Amino acid sequence: MPDALLSVHDLACARGERLLFKGMNFSLCQGQLLLVQGGNGQGKTSLLRLLTGLARPEDGEVRWRGESIRRIGEAYHAEMCYLGHANGVKDDLNPVENLRFADGLHGRAFDQARAVATLERLGLNRCLDLPCRVLSFGQRRRVALAALLLAGAALWILDEPLTGLDVHAVALMEGLIREHLTGGGMVVATTHQALNLEGVSVQRLLVGNVAIPELV
Amino acid sequence: MHRFLLAVLRRDLTLAARRRGDWLIAQFFFVMVASLFPLGVGPEPEMLARIGPGVLWVAATLASLLSLARLFEDDHRDGSLEHMVLSPEPTVLLVLGKSLAHWLIYGVPLLLIAPVLGIQFNLSWEAILVLEISLLLGTPILSLLGGVGAALTLGLRGGGVLLTLLILPLYIPALIFGAGAVDGVMAGTGAEAHLSLLGAFMVLSLMIAPWIAAAALRVSLE
Repeated sequence: MPDALLSVHDLACARGERLLFKGMNFSLCQGQLLLVQGGNGQGKTSLLRLLTGLARPEDGEVRWRGESIRRIGEAYHAEMCYLGHANGVKDDLNPVENLRFADGLHGRAFDQARAVATLERLGLNRCLDLPCRVLSFGQRRRVALAALLLAGAALWILDEPLTGLDVHAVALMEGLIREHLTGGGMVVATTHQALNLEGVSVQRLLVGNVAIPELV
Repeated sequence: MHRFLLAVLRRDLTLAARRRGDWLIAQFFFVMVASLFPLGVGPEPEMLARIGPGVLWVAATLASLLSLARLFEDDHRDGSLEHMVLSPEPTVLLVLGKSLAHWLIYGVPLLLIAPVLGIQFNLSWEAILVLEISLLLGTPILSLLGGVGAALTLGLRGGGVLLTLLILPLYIPALIFGAGAVDGVMAGTGAEAHLSLLGAFMVLSLMIAPWIAAAALRVSLE
């Protein structure tokens, strides 16, 4: 059993007065996918926000390489990339400019050719110089996914990554996740859609107490 | 670190350039508020020179408030704020970059318009010069302290009004020393004391405000 990079110890999460879950434990090793499942309002997004460090747990802690993410903070952020419900794409900038800014945030030099290649791979070759305002919802989601790919982070935390994506993009996304995992990356994702992930080590985590039918 | 700061600056400046309407509104507001006073209190030159510095300073604080409500709001709505907070650089640096960008976009134009309005208020050239120096020292305070307010009220309903109530009291020292400096030079008592205090207040805000705003931002994002 390889060492777990991401581990969660006795995690408890409360929204206001309501306790969503407590005593949650799991760990994730390189090449593994954690599929967080549960009904609406059961705390999936809250769990992901705890894992990113955006929210503070009621109790317990999240550890990265054995250290609490509270303590290592920015060092953890360098290895983690989060894609939430909102895309984090600026409407007034075009896709390339959005990626340029994402690179600047992470202190990387911007590689225009690589950014364009990634956008083209995601099927955005006709929208490279259009402001994201005029793109469709699914296309903006693809821009966000391009930023995720370019970030080169070891851990992807994806909240409903397939929302708004068409059949081709979902297939592409499955391929990207598989590629990321075989490259030694890790993914934590929530989804209500079925994912075809053959040959991938999948862990399932049920949040809340509402049983849902098998998805994959 | 500097690359991160530059990226934040460059991005906010680009976005402002793409949305010139928002930018112009704040400048027009400054001109309009300052121009209403001569119409309201009458055109006597002595009276105008007397109230001029105060009016211009109040107008500048109100104009900066107008744009502050959206300092983090737009980025919060489209999710880019979370991405920025989750970047490998400290949140303090992000807040500093955003405040600096706000000053460049909304503060610096006030410096360019103020002399024209100063003439309208019959201020002497000497007084206008001191007014410029006081605004140069004072407008960064508005952006820095405003960042704290914008972070605290982020995501609240009616946050704009709350921000005004929260931040205006904090602007009082800047207003007093800023307008006081111009009054001082007109009364012949000199402006140095006021300007020094204003400068000290600016340095103090620069050192403290980004930390408080960063903490507030993290709380607001939870």
